Amino acid sequence: MGTGRLYAAVAASGFRRYATYRTATAAGVFTNSVFGLILAYTYLAVWNERPHLGGYDQSQALTFVWVSQGLLMTVAVFGGGFEEELIERIRTGDVAVDLYRPVDLQGWWLASDLGRALFHLLGRGVVPLVFGALLFPLALPASPLTWVAFVLAVGLGVVVSFAIRFVVALSAFWLLDGAGVAQLAGLTAVFCSGMLLPLNVFPGTLGEVVRLLPWSALLQAPVDVLLGAADPLPTYGFQIAWAVVLLGVGRLVQSAATRRVVVQGG
Amino acid sequence: MYEGLRAYGLITAMWIRSTMAYRASFVMTTLGNFAATGLDFVAIMLMFSRIDSLGGYRLPEVAFLYGLSATAFGFADLVLGSMDRLGRRVRDGTLDTLLVRPAPVLAQVAADRFGLRRLGRIVQGVLVLGYAVASLDLAWTPSKVLMVLLALLSGAAIFCAVFVAGAAFQFVAQDASEVQNSFTYGGQTLLQYPPTVFAKELVRGVTFVLPLAFVNWLPALYVLGRPYPLDLPAWLAFAPPLVAAACCALAMLAWRAGLRSYRSTGS
Repeated sequence: MGTGRLYAAVAASGFRRYATYRTATAAGVFTNSVFGLILAYTYLAVWNERPHLGGYDQSQALTFVWVSQGLLMTVAVFGGGFEEELIERIRTGDVAVDLYRPVDLQGWWLASDLGRALFHLLGRGVVPLVFGALLFPLALPASPLTWVAFVLAVGLGVVVSFAIRFVVALSAFWLLDGAGVAQLAGLTAVFCSGMLLPLNVFPGTLGEVVRLLPWSALLQAPVDVLLGAADPLPTYGFQIAWAVVLLGVGRLVQSAATRRVVVQGG
Repeated sequence: MYEGLRAYGLITAMWIRSTMAYRASFVMTTLGNFAATGLDFVAIMLMFSRIDSLGGYRLPEVAFLYGLSATAFGFADLVLGSMDRLGRRVRDGTLDTLLVRPAPVLAQVAADRFGLRRLGRIVQGVLVLGYAVASLDLAWTPSKVLMVLLALLSGAAIFCAVFVAGAAFQFVAQDASEVQNSFTYGGQTLLQYPPTVFAKELVRGVTFVLPLAFVNWLPALYVLGRPYPLDLPAWLAFAPPLVAAACCALAMLAWRAGLRSYRSTGS
């Protein structure tokens, strides 16, 4: 089997794996919609107080809420997806089997995570956005090109998100229990991605710094492309730069980790 | 009742002992819990770095709302936070083990994997509440102090009822355990903001249908001396204990109905 076909098969199985749990998906969509509703009213109150805060008008702020509720699973802001499983495989030593396969570890999990992300984009992303658009006046673009540009930015956001989570998971080679690091990584992502509050609302220098960090590629960047608040090309450049750097870090950590892997048991 | 509390106490004590075997891990997860819940308040502070009031409420007033609901929710989460694992037990059939043990099932499910790290959430809520009380500049009367204590106790009881009712729902919809998060974490998120922020229908819904408003909105607005957005009699601010009792009774009925409807996965 060619490498491309293999990765496609892995991605497809990642998609199917999450698509199996339909009730859980419906429950998740419900929860995202409830949180969207609460945040939408809160943001309305904030933007009533300060119109054009952070350069958004009120409907753009509302769009931010609903798009980010739709994307938070796709770009795995809270973590989740593969790290738990990979950490567990490292802890138990099963990862030795993975390393023995004639497939690259990072490539394998990236393919699987892309499959998961595609399912989450369709299964968890569309309904909350439609629900929000029915209830609130959203600033959604009319041009199909903008939507294509948005989906591309989401895809790059998923790659950056994966690259970060891969490094987090590999920390288990040294720590064995990766739960603490995973939690810390999740908190950082919530704060720095725009999930907590749009990054352009952050005050002063803090705002400028968080916009340069890789996490802004996950949520803030795609939403800004959709809202027309950012040019697609420089945004892609920013996302690709972080993706290359972080995937490279993942490679280095992986080769360091495989040199010290000791398989437990006989 | 006594038997249930005793079983709960024993199982909880066991989990605490096992937690304390890994002290460093306990300290880290508690700090993590503290930081995770603290982020919500960081969001509010970031908002207030750009605005002076939200829905007509200043920062200390929002902090008061936040502190009350976060502390009440923290207690419920500490006591019953493990109940969202019930769906998993129903799915993989391990609930059967609990059914054959000579202790009430609710107590066993509630104490299952008791997480002492959830103290982090309570500490965070109490700190914000302390900040709010210190900076509010209110004329404290005995009835207002009483109201705060009443709100914390009844609020915790109301959230406990939500946890139990959510667990009962999981007997029916096993994979849908995330729906519960809408009412627990979602409810807590809703209550940390002033009621004036939300649409009237939403406020009506959480006052009359799912009475989360009694956790902190009604008592806090009495303490702050602010009008409730709905036209309600003033004495209703003292109703939280009654509402909490009614919620707990309904949740127990739901739990019994759920447990009775349980069919094991076994063949």
